[in-house]
Amino acid sequence: MGLFDRLRPAFWNGAVKGGPYRSLFNYRRLWRLSVALLAAVSVTPLCIMTVIDYGVTKRAVTQENLHRTAITTSNTRRTLSYFLDERLAALNFAAREESYAALARPERLAGLLADLKAAFGGFMDLGVIDDAGRQAAYVGPYDLLGIDYSSQEWFKRTVESGYCISDVFLGFRNVPHLVVSVRANRPEGGFFVLRAAVDTQRINDILAGLDLSGSGDAFLVNHAGILQTMSRSHGSVLERLALPVPARAERTEVYGTGDGENSLIIGYAYLEGTPLVLMVVKRQAELMQPWYALRLDLVGFLGGSVLAILVVILGVATFMVEKIFVADQTRVTTLHQMEHTNRMASIGRLAAGVAHEINNPLAVINEQAGLLKDLAVLAKAPPPPERLSGIVDTILASVERAGAITKRLLSFARHQDVHIEPVNVGKAAGEVLGFLAKEAEYRRIAVAVEAPDDLPAIESDRGKIQQILLNLVNNAFQAMDDGGRLVLRVFAPDPDCVAISVADNGCGIPAADVKRIFEPFFSTKKKKGGTGLGLSITYGLVQELGGDLAVESELGKGSTFTVTLPLVKGAACEPSARG
Amino acid sequence: MNLLLVDDEADLVSALAERLSLRGIEADFATDGDAAADKVRARAYDVAVLDMKMPGLSGLDLKQKLQRLRPGLRFIFMTGHGSEEDFRAGSSEAAGYLVKPVRIEDLIAAVNQALAAGPG
Repeated sequence: MGLFDRLRPAFWNGAVKGGPYRSLFNYRRLWRLSVALLAAVSVTPLCIMTVIDYGVTKRAVTQENLHRTAITTSNTRRTLSYFLDERLAALNFAAREESYAALARPERLAGLLADLKAAFGGFMDLGVIDDAGRQAAYVGPYDLLGIDYSSQEWFKRTVESGYCISDVFLGFRNVPHLVVSVRANRPEGGFFVLRAAVDTQRINDILAGLDLSGSGDAFLVNHAGILQTMSRSHGSVLERLALPVPARAERTEVYGTGDGENSLIIGYAYLEGTPLVLMVVKRQAELMQPWYALRLDLVGFLGGSVLAILVVILGVATFMVEKIFVADQTRVTTLHQMEHTNRMASIGRLAAGVAHEINNPLAVINEQAGLLKDLAVLAKAPPPPERLSGIVDTILASVERAGAITKRLLSFARHQDVHIEPVNVGKAAGEVLGFLAKEAEYRRIAVAVEAPDDLPAIESDRGKIQQILLNLVNNAFQAMDDGGRLVLRVFAPDPDCVAISVADNGCGIPAADVKRIFEPFFSTKKKKGGTGLGLSITYGLVQELGGDLAVESELGKGSTFTVTLPLVKGAACEPSARG
Repeated sequence: MNLLLVDDEADLVSALAERLSLRGIEADFATDGDAAADKVRARAYDVAVLDMKMPGLSGLDLKQKLQRLRPGLRFIFMTGHGSEEDFRAGSSEAAGYLVKPVRIEDLIAAVNQALAAGPG
């Protein structure tokens, strides 16, 4: 026995017990449907929430990364701008404080450089250039005295705008450096330029000191895209940056670029008054590490939850369907018993009438036989043979009459099990009315059967049809006063069906009760001993035969019950067909 | 002694009437209420034996009718039904109540008893 066989609930293979109500429901389908529905309503919202949360969290992490990059870039820009501005201001102050003559003296210039280094730091050398562009004085590690700077870009810009912060270049010393210079007017006319080379190491230190996660990179480029400082993974000083130089912007900007493994987050800022652009480049993949961990948690949680929900749903659905199945099985058994009880009760009710009916021929036999004996014993002359034969004929006719009654009763009681055979509904109606003919006669109830001969026989259960008709006719008799009129009409509402209507002109049913008359235990005859099961069982029987039971009633005028049955059991039939 | 037998079963009442006459009891019979009424009008009977259940007029109704026609007539009911209801009505309304099939001796005894009890 496999695991599934052991776990398989009792309802899986349908009803164990046979009987007419066997296929009341498809429990397997019911189970599947409830599992699917429960799973859909519980798992779908969870999945949707997870997807939404997934998106929101991812967006939040991305935003957070962009934001942090922006802050880093912005702060660094401020630091670098301040660093350069401070050097520029110091130089400016010195150029205005000292005279050209004083500065042109190497000792004074050396003293000034020493002061600047001590007070501000970051200065490498110091030079004084006259208005012709010739270096008039120089202190520093290189031999640059007397060099003509008039053609240099930074000199032209200094002359033009009064100061200059250059980008990094090799210059005459052939070493990458950055120049800060100011122009100062001489009282006697003309001007001179005070120039200092800024120690780019200080800038490198500032950039290197940034707290950048993983392989994050921060560096300066000039507007032409030439690297101004060392970068970790984007090239060395004065090399061309592989990335495009971002468009000029007043403020710090951040953007993402590329996708997949190589996607980058780039923060940049143009340093005001310089040809420099600060760039902070981070790898998206590294920044998203916390997100990946979170994502794993999320998916794991979803999977776990869905699994737990499915287990619970499977358990609950199985339990509920099992309960329904057991309840239905009990109901089926009860219905079956109820039907049987109803049948027995019908037979019991009939028995009194039948006894009377049989008594009449018996009484005839009794008198005829007694007469026979009397003629033999008491008569003066022996009776002629014709007389005797006439008496015997009467006796035989009465025996036949009694026999017909007992046969009818037996045929009714015999049909216990379902037995599908061709049934002529009109004939069945005649059989049922046979039981009640005497009662009708005594109560002066006119009974008419309208059954055209050309109606087809239906494939159905004769016993059940008899029971249905007997219940309906019995009900009609109870509803009518003596002298009533009962009409049974057999007709074909459509080619696939045969219907029989039982119409009485009795007391009728109040409109409020019409809807309830097929409910079990609903009775209008409770005081007279009605169980309230007759019509309910009749309804059940009609349903069982695949038919439909309809009622039309008017209080005080009578009721018409119409049973519509399919020609073949199980075939569809218009349920709205009325008599 | 004059008897009137009323039952819708002609074969029953005719045979019964003949058997009674063989025993020296004069008995007429009728098979429905109207014929019975005609006979009662025409002749003074001592006892009427009525079937409880007959098409149209029931035994009880017929009794009322015949009693009006001839007060003092005595009645005996015969029934094939034997229900509680029938028994109560029949035995209280009549001098005798017999369930079919009836032994002729029982019927004669009931008739004699009815006659002995005096007019109904």
